Amino acid sequence: MYEDRAERRAHALSDVFLHAVYGIPGGDKIKECIQCGTCSASCPTSYAMDYTPREIIAAFRAGLLERVLRSNTIWLCASCYSCTVRCPSGIKLTDIMYELKRLAIEFGLAQEGAKAPVLAKLFVNIVDKNGRIAEVPLVSKFMLKTNPLGMLKMIPRAAKLFVRGRMPLLPHRIKGTAELEKCAGTMTEALISGLHPGPMGREEN
Amino acid sequence: MAEKIGVYICHCGTNIGKTVDCKAVAEYACLLPNVVVARDYQYTCSDPGQEMIKNDIRELGLTRVVVASCSPLMHEPTFRRAVEGAGLNPFLFQMANIREQCSWITEDRELATARAKVIVSAAVMRVNFNEPLQVQKVPVNPNVLIVGGGITGIEAALQIADSGKKVYLVEKEATIGGFMARFDKTFPTLDCAACILTPKMVSVGQHPNIELLSYSDVTDFSGYVGNFTARIRRRPRYVDEDKCTGCGQCEQKCPLSVPSEFECGLGKRKAIYRPFPQAVPSTPVIDREHCLCFTKGVCKVCQKFCPRGAIDFEQEEKYVDVQVGSVILATGFDLFDASRIKEYGYGRLPNVITSLEFERLTHASGPTAGKILLRNGKPPESVAIVHCVGSRDLNYNEYCSRVCCMYSLKTAHLVHEKTEAKVYEFYIDMRAFGKGYEEFYKRLLHEDVTFIRGRVAEVTDVPQNLSEKGKLIVVAEDTLLGIVRRVPVDLVVLSVGLEPRRDVVQVAHTFRISRSKDGFFLEKHPKLAPVSTAGDGIFIAGSCQGPKDIPDSVAQGAAAAANVLSLVDRREVELEPTIALIHEESCSGCKICIGLCPYNAISFDEAGKRAVIATALCKGCGVCVAACPSGAIEQQNFTGRQLLAEVEAICAQ
Amino acid sequence: MNRAYDKSARLVCGALDIDLAELNDWNCCGASAYMAIHELRAHLLSARNLAIAEKEKKDLVVVCPACLTTLTKTNHYLAEDSRFKRTICAGLKAANLQYWGSVKVRHLLDVIVRDIGENEVKARIKRKLTGLKVAPYYGCQLTRPFGEIDDKEFPTILDTLLKWIGTEPVNFPLKAKCCGGLLMMTNEDVALVLNRNLLDCAQQNGAECIATICPLCHMNIETYQGDVNKMFGTNFRIPALYFTQLMGLAFGFSRKELGINEELIQSQGVLEKHLEVIR
Repeated sequence: MYEDRAERRAHALSDVFLHAVYGIPGGDKIKECIQCGTCSASCPTSYAMDYTPREIIAAFRAGLLERVLRSNTIWLCASCYSCTVRCPSGIKLTDIMYELKRLAIEFGLAQEGAKAPVLAKLFVNIVDKNGRIAEVPLVSKFMLKTNPLGMLKMIPRAAKLFVRGRMPLLPHRIKGTAELEKCAGTMTEALISGLHPGPMGREEN
Repeated sequence: MAEKIGVYICHCGTNIGKTVDCKAVAEYACLLPNVVVARDYQYTCSDPGQEMIKNDIRELGLTRVVVASCSPLMHEPTFRRAVEGAGLNPFLFQMANIREQCSWITEDRELATARAKVIVSAAVMRVNFNEPLQVQKVPVNPNVLIVGGGITGIEAALQIADSGKKVYLVEKEATIGGFMARFDKTFPTLDCAACILTPKMVSVGQHPNIELLSYSDVTDFSGYVGNFTARIRRRPRYVDEDKCTGCGQCEQKCPLSVPSEFECGLGKRKAIYRPFPQAVPSTPVIDREHCLCFTKGVCKVCQKFCPRGAIDFEQEEKYVDVQVGSVILATGFDLFDASRIKEYGYGRLPNVITSLEFERLTHASGPTAGKILLRNGKPPESVAIVHCVGSRDLNYNEYCSRVCCMYSLKTAHLVHEKTEAKVYEFYIDMRAFGKGYEEFYKRLLHEDVTFIRGRVAEVTDVPQNLSEKGKLIVVAEDTLLGIVRRVPVDLVVLSVGLEPRRDVVQVAHTFRISRSKDGFFLEKHPKLAPVSTAGDGIFIAGSCQGPKDIPDSVAQGAAAAANVLSLVDRREVELEPTIALIHEESCSGCKICIGLCPYNAISFDEAGKRAVIATALCKGCGVCVAACPSGAIEQQNFTGRQLLAEVEAICAQ
Repeated sequence: MNRAYDKSARLVCGALDIDLAELNDWNCCGASAYMAIHELRAHLLSARNLAIAEKEKKDLVVVCPACLTTLTKTNHYLAEDSRFKRTICAGLKAANLQYWGSVKVRHLLDVIVRDIGENEVKARIKRKLTGLKVAPYYGCQLTRPFGEIDDKEFPTILDTLLKWIGTEPVNFPLKAKCCGGLLMMTNEDVALVLNRNLLDCAQQNGAECIATICPLCHMNIETYQGDVNKMFGTNFRIPALYFTQLMGLAFGFSRKELGINEELIQSQGVLEKHLEVIR
């Protein structure tokens, strides 16, 4: 019975995910994948992936969601767009990878120990708070969360950068942070109220 | 006197009968004005059905017939013939479509029946005003024009010439033979291309019924089926074809060598040259862009040594007009330009070549006398063959080029046969669809070729380790294993796809035919009429219609020949009379219609100050009818009276 | 962390009479890491920048390819997808902003080479950098995915500019290959491999320094060069300079003004071999 429930959940999730991916601009081109492997061979980091980009598409279409979302593949994508420009079926693979990243984080299914989701969340917090990124708070918070000991190793480099005046310690806060918050809120309301159905296939939160 | 109309409502089995109450429609039709008989029938197009109509015409003296059934595209000709068979003019027949436009668009029986009644009454009202049009017959000129002297054009020319008809074969290059003349061996039999081609070329050159116009092209084309006029430009060879014996002395003595187009630039030819030794005609041509006489005013050695005095530097281009009844376009294809795919390194990396360049290398009379060599003159120790270059790719050509899988296998075989090299073949799918093709693939699997299922992402010369140094590294995912492989090789052969010829737009314009989305010439129907076009009397054959291999090209050449011979042996052809007609007294001479006619069928009579339609050219498209501000032009069988009668009948419901 | 890029860009633009005004209260464009959490909000961020630029009746010039890509993507989606447009515009309205899609987004390199042109650039050269062998490093997002500025695999626009300012761009087959971007933070091992390949290729082709057009690429190639050496036992000491710094040198600005003294890998030695004052 436990398996049934898991299967049902997987099935339901599968529908949500398919809809989400098909919903991004150009997303339903994924149906035209002929599994040629150009993406994997163009990808500079595919050698380190547990599933190549092509395998991720195949797994996705087969409904093997756990495999897709728990892979390190989506976090190793550096968005270099080599796959996108070479894909003979015109699949916007990089954009799909971004959507998979978002789905993995949203549903809490990201790979155990993956550092990229941590960085992304911190990045968003800082930008939402200040309007711009602040490298020093970003890097220090990130290191504290993922590799505190590694922070020690970074000190020499940090020192060198500091000495050369390349370490802006205080974040710059723009005037429009409240404004941006308001805009985002209004946009979400518009999506939820259905007046402007989410063009990306689902509601944002 | 009132017309006597017979109305027939067809059930078409359940196609119409299930949704439309045909009996009720027939009963309704009985009550319409001028209808003397209305019947419903299961399959009106059948023989008994047609007999029934014919009987009614004879016994009841019907003057008009309406059949309510399927689309006119299906059976209008059938019923017109039936009606004619009973002695009534076929244009006094009107078809009402109660299937595609009625029973097939709704499941509501009441709605469908009501709609059918309206459609039938419209046809009945209209048919009163149908005129007994006469079909115009025009004679068919038995001469045939074939444009393109590759294997397709050669096949068509020989078939037609052998049946006794005269063929004008126009070929752009200095020799016939096309691409096939440049191939080494052909799949799957590994026949030597030249060995099977040259006998046919010789036949063409010697055939009494074939007038070969080489080094020529068609600049102008006009007329209508059975009566075309083509203007052919004969470019100057600067050698008199009649005097030349093809001895080859001029070629030998010429001091200037330039890269040979036939050899893809890998070998040289002289400024006066024949593209290859077995060229037909064997008359050489002088390349005036390089010839020292034309560029610098010196040399003329060829003229000095020619024993027949055939060299003529004063020769000028000539125009020849020919009259033909039909034309076959067999203009062939061009290869995809591999330099467009920058990541494959063609043009940048020295040992990346195309499949055609490979053919020239492996060809016994090619630049390396049949030895497969790298640019540095050494034989390769490893060779990679890359499928789908420029094909199946949204960024270049979406379609599959059909022949590349097979010729890639042939390439692999030739490398294996002639060198000790290790061969890798990178493919996405293996398309071995023809007779003996799958068996050929099996043969290659046996020959130790390493097949890697993965589309090549790039060819690079940047090594990542020592074994890659000095090599070309082919990067592809082995999708059957899920591993990205970097395979270092010496030579990369790109299996480039086939494309429409670079001048296809111009040729399509000259002959007024359309092209399909992929740019190749458009056939009338992809399954049932692959060598016909929308233009009557104009046929297409071979790879100008779409990429194909030699067997299919020859088949289409023969098919086009059959179409032509059918047309020619008919002696005369019937022209559809549903064309435009100018009521002269209403024509104000404004000339608006003249510029609008897509078929150049309207001219201006200066004496009478009126527009005149050439009936044989008019295709009845209706543009001039709609455009004429005086309403002076009417379309036969679609007159205002007929159409308004239909409209009134519909509005009266 | 990359204020040298900012400094040198402003100086070069000043010299070329390009009127550069910092976009009023600009915000992050929402690229890469932000896009990994929110898609629409990322585009909203870009849209705000575009709306402000449109209000000021100016086109946007950026020096970072990631900004270029995200802002361009936003522009494209707004033009092609009407539902996307309605959603974003509903959001912008809350800040009393509108965007009609008229702003062009350009990379500074593109503006200098295509709009300003050879004669104007050459006219301002006060120092010769003859014989300086530079590897032109484009990275990924200048020409991908749109390919609007230059070829997606083998661009040449930076090579052209480098020739104009008198340096010698070397053959650099990996010129548009990835430096790893943010992977240097999250998957350092992988990013180091990528950078090693780049440095190796540059060195094999005789490059004395690497010209960059992206702050993140510059960071990875330069600031982490020591880590590359540590991981692979290599000995790279190839300085990286922003294209604006090289231009600035040619235009006669001082090293301090251009932020060249802030680099981790000293370029002094290399530059001294080739700098020659004209006059």
